[in-house]
Amino acid sequence: MSDTNDFKYIGTRSIRPDGFDKVTGKANYGADLTLPGMLWGKMLRSPHAHAKIKRIDTSKAEALPGVMAITTYADFPSVSVEAIAAGEGSVDSLDLARNIMADGKVLYDGHAILGIAATTEAIAEKAVSLVEIEYELLPPVMDIRDAIADGATLLHDDLFTEGLDEKPANASNIAVRSAFQKGDIDAGFSAADVVVEREFYTPTVHQGYIEPHACVASFDQDGQSMIWCCTQGHFDVRASVAKLLSMSLSQLKVTASEIGGGFGGKTTVYLEPVALILSRKSGGRPVKMVMNREEVFKASGPGSATRCKVKVGAKNDGTITAMQGQLYYEAGAFKGSPAMLGGMCIFAPYDVENMDVECFDVVVNKPKVAAYRAPGAPQAAFAGEMVVSEIAAKLNMDPIDIRLQNATTEGTRAIYGPKYKSVGLVECLTAAKNSPHYQEALKNNQGRGIASGFWFNIGGQSSVTLNMNPDGTGTIVEGSPDIGGSRASMQLMAAEEMGMPPENFKPIVADTENVAYNQSTGGSRTTFATGMAIIKAAQDVKEQVKQRAAAVWNIDAELVEWVDGVVVNTSGDERLTVAQICAGADRTGGQISGRGNINARGAGPSFAVHVCDVEVDTDTGKVDVIRYTAVQDAGKAIHPSYVEGQYQGGAAQGIGWALNEEYIYNDDGLLQNAGFLDYRIPLASDLPMIDAIIVEVPNKLHPYGVRGVGESGIIPPLAATAYAVSDAIKAPIVDLPCSPVNVLKVIQNNV
Amino acid sequence: MPKIHVNTIVNGDAVEFLCEPNETVLDVLRNELQLTGTKEGCSSGDCGACSITVDDRLVCSCLVLAAEAEGKVIGTIEGVADKDQLHIIQQKFLEHAALQCGICTPGLVVSVQALLKESPNPTEDEARLYLAGNLCRCTGYDKIIRAVMDAAETMRGAA
Repeated sequence: MSDTNDFKYIGTRSIRPDGFDKVTGKANYGADLTLPGMLWGKMLRSPHAHAKIKRIDTSKAEALPGVMAITTYADFPSVSVEAIAAGEGSVDSLDLARNIMADGKVLYDGHAILGIAATTEAIAEKAVSLVEIEYELLPPVMDIRDAIADGATLLHDDLFTEGLDEKPANASNIAVRSAFQKGDIDAGFSAADVVVEREFYTPTVHQGYIEPHACVASFDQDGQSMIWCCTQGHFDVRASVAKLLSMSLSQLKVTASEIGGGFGGKTTVYLEPVALILSRKSGGRPVKMVMNREEVFKASGPGSATRCKVKVGAKNDGTITAMQGQLYYEAGAFKGSPAMLGGMCIFAPYDVENMDVECFDVVVNKPKVAAYRAPGAPQAAFAGEMVVSEIAAKLNMDPIDIRLQNATTEGTRAIYGPKYKSVGLVECLTAAKNSPHYQEALKNNQGRGIASGFWFNIGGQSSVTLNMNPDGTGTIVEGSPDIGGSRASMQLMAAEEMGMPPENFKPIVADTENVAYNQSTGGSRTTFATGMAIIKAAQDVKEQVKQRAAAVWNIDAELVEWVDGVVVNTSGDERLTVAQICAGADRTGGQISGRGNINARGAGPSFAVHVCDVEVDTDTGKVDVIRYTAVQDAGKAIHPSYVEGQYQGGAAQGIGWALNEEYIYNDDGLLQNAGFLDYRIPLASDLPMIDAIIVEVPNKLHPYGVRGVGESGIIPPLAATAYAVSDAIKAPIVDLPCSPVNVLKVIQNNV
Repeated sequence: MPKIHVNTIVNGDAVEFLCEPNETVLDVLRNELQLTGTKEGCSSGDCGACSITVDDRLVCSCLVLAAEAEGKVIGTIEGVADKDQLHIIQQKFLEHAALQCGICTPGLVVSVQALLKESPNPTEDEARLYLAGNLCRCTGYDKIIRAVMDAAETMRGAA
C-alpha cells in the first residue's frame, strides 16, 4: 500500500483521453452507426397494461412494400430457464425473453409484442400501425397494496413465493421473501426510551439517461454475426443474445459504442436480440433499432416503487437499541426487484445490536425494473434515514451526533453476516459536521436534512492487455464501457505503475473479440477492478522489459531496476529507456505485451453523507434546494474531478427523485408522463452548486486504496432533501416526491 | 408525394438534400448528411441534445422541419472548433471535467456558444436559466456551470 503522498500521477486532474471526440461531436454513440444496406426495425408495443393476446394478424403489414421481416416471441428457440448476468445481479432467461417480446400475454403499457424491419424507418413505423391485434383485457395491478391483497389478480399463474418455510399452495404476486436479523429485536425495543415508526412510499422512477437504447445488428451464417449497441456490458449482451438465440459465444461479436448514460439501466437487453433475428430473417442485412423517448420510459429502466415500514428505538442518551424494517419493492412485470439489497443496506450505517428486516419482491403491471445506481438502496435509506432524523429531533440531538454515536466502524457486524473492514463513515460524518455548509444558520421557511448512505461496491472479472508499441508508448486494451470518464483514470493508473506520463498510454474499450471477458460497468467496479487489472498488466510489462534488458546486458534480471520508464543496471552504469527496449524487441524475443486477467476481490464499501438545505414556498408547496454538500469516501481518488462528478451527479439524481420524479399512471394502468416535459428531471436552473468533499480512507485491499464511488452518492439525497422539507414546514414527510402538490397537501393537512 | 429539394449552408459548406415533408432538420443532419454529432434524446424539444443554430438562432433541430432549412445558415457542433483548434468553450468543458457520458455535450456546447454571444458576462443564475433546456443526467450541472463561467471570462479577456 503506497503512501498517499507518494503518487506522481494519481490524484491529478488530467484531460480525459476521449475528450476531443466528445466535445466536437465525433464520438459515436449507439444510434450513430450506419451500415451499407441497412434496414430499420421498429417494435409494436402493447397499448394495454394487462391483457391476453387473442389474435395477431400481420398480413397487411407484410404486404406493405419495403417490409422485409417480422418477428414475434415464437422466433425465440425454446428458452431454458437459467440465470444470465445483468449488471450487479442476474435475470432469468425465460423472463428476459418474455420481456423482450410478449408470450401470449402483455404485462404493461409499452410491453413489446413484435418487431418489424423495413427499408426505411417510416415504412417500419407504418407497418407497425397496420398490424391487427385482438386483446382480452385483464384488470391491471398497479400498486403493492393491490398486488399483495387477498384475491388479487395474478400476473403469473406459475409464480409461487420463494423464501417461505414451505412452498405455498397458491400462486402469488409476491415473488420472493427474504429476511435478515441480528440480536433480539423485542428486547431492543423494550430497552428504548423513544420509538418512532412510520410507513413510507417512493414512486416508480427512471434512470433518465439522455441517450435512448439503440443498436445495429447484422446476422451472418458463417458465425460472423455482430451487434453494435450502447451498453454498460457488451459481454453480457453477447451472453444474453447468444442464450436467447441458441448461438455459441464465438459466433457473435458485440461492440460497445460510446454510451450516453446508463446508471444501471443499460445492463440488460431489449432491442438487440430482436434486431439480430430481423437481420437473419432479412438475409443478413444489418438492422438498426432506436427507441424513442416514450419507449424508453414505457419499456426500459425503471427503478422500483416501494412501500417501506421502519421502526427505530433509542435511549434518551442517543444510543439506538433497535431498528426494524419491512420493505416491499415493485419488480414490475417480472420478478427481480432489488428488495433484498435494500434490506442489506438500510441500516448499514449503524452499529446497533438488534435489527430485523423483511423484504418482499412484488410483481405489478409496470415495466420490468432494471438496476438503478445502488439498486434498492436509495428507497430503503429514504425510509431508514427519515426515522433516524426524527429520533434525533425527538431527543433534541444534533442529527450528525446521533449518527456518529451509533456509527458503523471497522469490526461492526453487518445484518447480512460479515464484519466491515476499514470504512470511512465516521470520517464522512465528521467532514460533514465541519463543513462550512453545516456551520451556516438557516432562515425562515428553510430546513436542513442530513442522511447517510452505504453501498457494498463489487470487484469481479476484468481483463486487460497492455500492448507496448515500438516507440515505447502503450495501448491499454480494456473491456469496461466508459460511462463517466473512466478512461482518464485507467490512463493515470497505468502511468503511475510505469512511472511514465499519462499521455504515453491510450486506453481503448475493445469489443468482445479483442479482449477477454469483462463483467459490465456496474457496481462501482470499473476503476477498482479494471484498474487492478491494468496495474497487473503494467507490472507484467515491467517484468518483461527488465528481462529483455538483462538479456541485452547479459546479467541476471534481478540486477535490473525499473525507474520511471527507464531500466538501470544496478551492477554497472548502463541504462535503457522503455522506448529503446520496445524498439529493439524484435531482437530480444518479439514484441512486449502485458496481461492482467483477474477476478478482483476486496472491493471496499463507500459511505456517503449529504447535507441539504431547502426553502419552501408555503403558498405553492414549491421546494428550492438552496445549498447542498455531498461527502463521500473514495478510498483514494484517482481523478478527483471525475470523483466529484460522481458525487454531484448522484446528488442531482437523488434530488430529482426526492422532489419531482414519478411515473404517473391512470386508472387503466397507462403511463401518463412518458416524456421529459412531464417526467421532470432536474434542470440547470433547479439546482445550486453541489459542494463535493472527498474523504479518503484507503481500501487496504487495493494497491492504491481505491473504493468504487459511482453509486453511494444517490443513496442519501432522498432523505436529506425530504427531511429538509419536513424541517422547513414542521410536518413529517412520508411520501415522495415532494412535488408542489404533495408538499402543499402536507402543509394544509398540518394546519 | 415527391421529396422536397433543399439548399442550405451547414457549418459554412453549401449543402443540398432531398427530404420528406415530415422530416426534421435533425433527421436530415443525422441520416442524410451523416453529421451525427447532433444527438437525439427526446424528439420533442425537451432535452436540448439536438441543439443547433439556424441563422444564428438557437433551436432544437428536432422541432424544425427540414424543408424550413431552405436558404438558411445552419450551425452544428461539428462547426464549433476551428479545424483542430478547439473553441474556448470546448476547452473549458474538458478542463473542468464538465462531461461524463458526453451525450448532452454537443448540444450544450452549441447552447453555451449562443448564450455567450447574446450575453458575454452572464451571472450564474442567467447561465443556469439559459441552459435549462439542455438536460444533463450525469453531472448535476456544477462543473458545466463552472466551465461556462470560466469560458465567459476567458473569452472576454481574449476579445
